Amino acid sequence: MNASRGDQGFEAIFRREAGRVLATLIRLLGDFDSAEEARQEAFIAAVEQWPIQGIPENPGAWLIRTGRNKAVDRIRRDVVFRTKVQGREIASAEADAAAIAEDEDDGTFGDDRLRLIFTCCHPALSAEAHIALTLREVCGLTTQAVARAFLVSEETMAQRLVRAKKKIRDAGIPYETPEPSLFNQRIQGVLAVVYGVFTEGYAATAGSRLVDAELCSEAIRLGRLLDELLPRNASVLGLLAMMLLHDARRGARVSPNGDVVLLEDQDRAQWDRAEIAEGLALVEQALNVPGQISPYAVQAAIAALHVRAKTKEDTDWPQIVGLYEVLLRLQPSPVIELNHAVAVSMVDGAARALDLVDSLQARGQVSEYHLLHAARGRLLQQLARPHEAREAYLAALHLATLEPERRLLMARIAGIDAAPDGA
Amino acid sequence: MQYLLLIYSNEKEMAALKPAEITSMTAEYTEFTKGIIQAGQFKAGDRLKPTSAATTVRVRNGQTVTTDGPFAETREQLGGYYLVDAKNLDEAIAIAARIPGARIGSIEVRPIWPPQT
Repeated sequence: MNASRGDQGFEAIFRREAGRVLATLIRLLGDFDSAEEARQEAFIAAVEQWPIQGIPENPGAWLIRTGRNKAVDRIRRDVVFRTKVQGREIASAEADAAAIAEDEDDGTFGDDRLRLIFTCCHPALSAEAHIALTLREVCGLTTQAVARAFLVSEETMAQRLVRAKKKIRDAGIPYETPEPSLFNQRIQGVLAVVYGVFTEGYAATAGSRLVDAELCSEAIRLGRLLDELLPRNASVLGLLAMMLLHDARRGARVSPNGDVVLLEDQDRAQWDRAEIAEGLALVEQALNVPGQISPYAVQAAIAALHVRAKTKEDTDWPQIVGLYEVLLRLQPSPVIELNHAVAVSMVDGAARALDLVDSLQARGQVSEYHLLHAARGRLLQQLARPHEAREAYLAALHLATLEPERRLLMARIAGIDAAPDGA
Repeated sequence: MQYLLLIYSNEKEMAALKPAEITSMTAEYTEFTKGIIQAGQFKAGDRLKPTSAATTVRVRNGQTVTTDGPFAETREQLGGYYLVDAKNLDEAIAIAARIPGARIGSIEVRPIWPPQT
């Protein structure tokens, strides 16, 4: 999709329908590239015809039908291509095209979009490819927008997409939803990709921009799509709840200068009440699905406790500590251990928390993680050990790549330097 | 589609297996091979002699250069292979995951170019 698509207000319609249209065309035409070309041609035709004919009642079906027709025309014209469409004859391709009238119900579309998501997140593709393909093919972002989000050139992102689609073709990655025995494992892979997109938007890893609202929105949109396609799935509900509860605070996370505003300092009036309400409802649902408890649901429950507090003093820290301990049993990770330690400091004091953080650091898994050093710095400051705190902040600064975070660390160091007795 | 499943493992670790473990693994391989033959997936498969028996051949500037050992020193070494026919990558991966060696080493799944028509 590019600028030639035109901007007569069709942009919103195209974005909404892009994933669905592509997914169906892949099923009809047999591969990504033919489907993408067909979708592109359909968009161009829409820009030409809709101003004259008016926007069709079912734009998605119109785009699919048009795309399919263009592809069949191209097959007819291209003799060489004719024999190589993954072994399909023209006759069978046309039979599928003729059958499209019967395939327009949402049930089939739903399956196609699910197939598309699972294919984009197939374990045989690299993690980079997962995110690039999902944003481009499922969310319909332009290559340029995806490149910008990940701070690479458009050329680099285009090549990444080309390589990924080549791998799908060459290795025979099927355009299918996984079989039941693998379904859960593969869904966790998809959720990890969606979570990756969200965290990149919520707390970017490099550059000058702390949050990217568009990435957060795309991730939430993907979460809603997955909830629609896989209802009452605890992990999906948990992830969606978690993203909404974090996104609700997104506006308050950044000061007008682009500086970091930590949770404890945020203006809670700026939190999005609608997202909070939705998130809280989803947490309840997620925790009430019978069966295994999802780590995403537990993270959402922690976020829920934060947003429920009217002021930071009202925060139910003991319950948060308890939930982190549940989370650590389900999904041990250094980052979660660190968050647990910070919560412990609010209940048992800085000294106890510092013991936990030091023990974590000694096990050697997170010495390159700037937030560990930043957390140590905070705790040491609370324990009135400013010189050690300063060293910790310097260690964090050495590792931090995000400009707003670096400014915050430098401000902390300046604060220590400016205080009498270095307190 | 045809796939070559390359079975890699650390030869030193394999050599250190106890006789009972070797017998058990051989039996598993026999079971596995029978299974994929019955399923119509098996095309070929062999166990390779260790890299100590390998010889590498290169022809440069018309000269045949022969060296003792595998083409490169690697942490895991090629010990065997299966050539299978599978519907798609997912089916090939499922077969590879059932190869007894997958629990100890690594199975590389390589698609094969279809014959040029």
